[in-house]
Amino acid sequence: MSRPDPAHTHDPARHLAPAAVLDVDPLLADPKTRIVVCCGSGGVGKTTTAAALGLRAAERGRKVVVLTIDPARRLAQSMGIDSLDNTPRRVKGIDDSAGGELHAMMLDMKRTFDEIVEAHADRERAAAILGNPFYQSLSAGFAGTQEYMAMEKLGQLRARDEWDLIVVDTPPSRSALDFLDAPKRLGSFLDGRLIRLLTAPAKLGGRAGMKFLNVGMSMMTGTLGKLLGGQLLKDVQTFVSAMDTTFGGFRTRADATYKLLQAPGTAFLVVAAPERDALREAAYFVERLAAEDMPLAGLVLNRVHGSGADGLSAERALAAAENLEEPGIVDQEGGKEGLRNSPDAYGSSDSPTSETPAHTSAPASEGGSPAVDAERSVDQLAAGLLRLHAERMQLLSREQRTRDRFTALHPEVAVTEVGALPGDVHDLVGLRDIGDRLAANERELPDPAEDPDAEAPDLPEASA
Amino acid sequence: MSRLQVVSGKGGTGKTTVAAALALALAKEGKRTLLVEVEGRQGIAQLFETEALPYEERKIAVAPGGGEVYALAIDPELALLDYLQMFYKLGSAGRALKKLGAIDFATTIAPGLRDVLLTGKACEAVRRKERSGRFTYDYVVMDAPPTGRITRFLNVNDEVAGLAKIGPIHNQAQAVMRVLKSPETAVHLVTLLEEMPVQETVDGIAELRSARLPVGRIIVNMVRPEVLDTADLELLRSVPRSTVARSLSSAGLGGARRGGHAERLVDPLLTQAEEYSERYTLEHEQRAVLAELGLPLHELPLFAEGMDLAGLYELARELREQGVS
Repeated sequence: MSRPDPAHTHDPARHLAPAAVLDVDPLLADPKTRIVVCCGSGGVGKTTTAAALGLRAAERGRKVVVLTIDPARRLAQSMGIDSLDNTPRRVKGIDDSAGGELHAMMLDMKRTFDEIVEAHADRERAAAILGNPFYQSLSAGFAGTQEYMAMEKLGQLRARDEWDLIVVDTPPSRSALDFLDAPKRLGSFLDGRLIRLLTAPAKLGGRAGMKFLNVGMSMMTGTLGKLLGGQLLKDVQTFVSAMDTTFGGFRTRADATYKLLQAPGTAFLVVAAPERDALREAAYFVERLAAEDMPLAGLVLNRVHGSGADGLSAERALAAAENLEEPGIVDQEGGKEGLRNSPDAYGSSDSPTSETPAHTSAPASEGGSPAVDAERSVDQLAAGLLRLHAERMQLLSREQRTRDRFTALHPEVAVTEVGALPGDVHDLVGLRDIGDRLAANERELPDPAEDPDAEAPDLPEASA
Repeated sequence: MSRLQVVSGKGGTGKTTVAAALALALAKEGKRTLLVEVEGRQGIAQLFETEALPYEERKIAVAPGGGEVYALAIDPELALLDYLQMFYKLGSAGRALKKLGAIDFATTIAPGLRDVLLTGKACEAVRRKERSGRFTYDYVVMDAPPTGRITRFLNVNDEVAGLAKIGPIHNQAQAVMRVLKSPETAVHLVTLLEEMPVQETVDGIAELRSARLPVGRIIVNMVRPEVLDTADLELLRSVPRSTVARSLSSAGLGGARRGGHAERLVDPLLTQAEEYSERYTLEHEQRAVLAELGLPLHELPLFAEGMDLAGLYELARELREQGVS
């Protein structure tokens, strides 16, 4: 299934000068670092990275709060933040010998919105807003509310000044833009012309030059009224006028949050995996951050694969696998290489156990002495190991290519690589391990400068 | 079979790819499908290697066997102007509204209006008929928002019908809901054999069911090839290292006398097999979780080199072979 690409499998000539190395420990240790924002496309391990960084900083003596958006359930449980009360909880079980603390919270978007209303309106008005159906929909569902509320929460946490480091995970937006744009969008909407029209038509009508607006407005409310039904329009107007007085400074707040992100104490980390789409998004993000004067600390490249036997190329491994498979098997069907690597071609009846639920229909061995069978199954196993290795080497070279492409476009971006793990991270031990990997700066990708036959590097990418 | 096929899934599971493959698979001989994009990402255009799709139904592919696939990227603003035009014949007034930001307002802020327009447009395509009386599209496949939002997205018409108690939007919302909650519709969920996507699938199905939205199939995407089977993994635990080394050596990878290359390969290869084994176990656990949901389950292979047009056709063929069309 995988289409081999011999031209690139192990070609030192293509290897660019390695990118600058991102050293996370000095960044986390520096008391001037007050906010770390982890951003990137969905599914690249942002939440895990944020949690691991927070834990690492806390265990090195800082008082940290991690704001996560949508953590995996088991990770949230292990940190004790699976209840949605929208306030930071102290995480137990960390090594606090350096005097640090770790707090964590999971963002509750609606609750955050409600809190803003409660904080900025008197009780009666707050009740009117919270009960308004329009508000209920907006607070729960407006595309961008989550992004806005994440930024709002960040502003709140920063204002409380109880922590000396805030690590933020960003919402899984459909595009990198949403998260930066949402505060502006919501802010500008709520401060916008339309809102003013809806809330203060009389005032506008009196001014010169506003006549056309007034005409437009009556036509518009008429149309909207017909389209949406009168009650809805009334709800909208009530809501908007309530919001308007309450959120007078919405734009100011949005601007303040935005400035906070540009401030020197903030560091952005773009998180990606060495895959085409994720790195494309990462490159896009890097460019966007630069355009917005947001301080980028570097790229965290998650799920990078390595191999302890990277001196053995995919081609040689496949050739050797064929050698092993050919002689022994009499009636093997040809050309079954690749996807679902013909499990039925391996006689499994002579394996130590017959526990092969997936392939119970495996044929009985085609005769021969048990010793020969045993040897052949070892050969088959060895062939499998070699195919697995070939797959790994092809993956490595693909990852190297996508990574090189990113480095070529953005040589200025410092990178740290984190090796792939076979499973998900569920607990502090796992997070600590990720933290070590984040800080280790080991080269997971094969280094072509190395003697291809040299002894294998001692740290393969998985832990048990 | 349901004529509106909604494809959702956790972000990163490849739902756009699966939706596109499904549209191709359903476009059998003489059939016509419409592939609808609602999130403005132009993912369909990328997959089919064409320029960005306008807000217009256009043919983008001929499926194996000669069926046709049309595509449409729904732009909520234009869809709203469409409706205004339809109901009120508002030409210039529509533009004036746009100038005032009313359209922007209506499509981004007004509760669910945006979603009503998107689902409304899709339902309209489902119901549309030619003069001859046959349906314009035999199937409409929607590349829908991700699992976390899908129930709300599809159900928003209920909410809107409640908010807008009278008027065309109310009627429209109710008409859409009738299609969405009928057997005319099937919501498929795309997942990977990993913990979080599977968990999200399980949660998503519960939500869809409690909203009485019709759940269709589970499609496991990007399934990795099985290189070592259970018997191999069993043997792996007991096999002496020297035996493996001998085997590697006999395959031409150097013997002990020639510097022990084969010997030195054993450990790293076994480590890689350990990792494989761990993942294999995890994948089996996730398969079991999915199997318990009692829905039709399909698996599509991983294309290690990334998805392209050829891969898309291969997935479509795979879906046909697995009987989804």
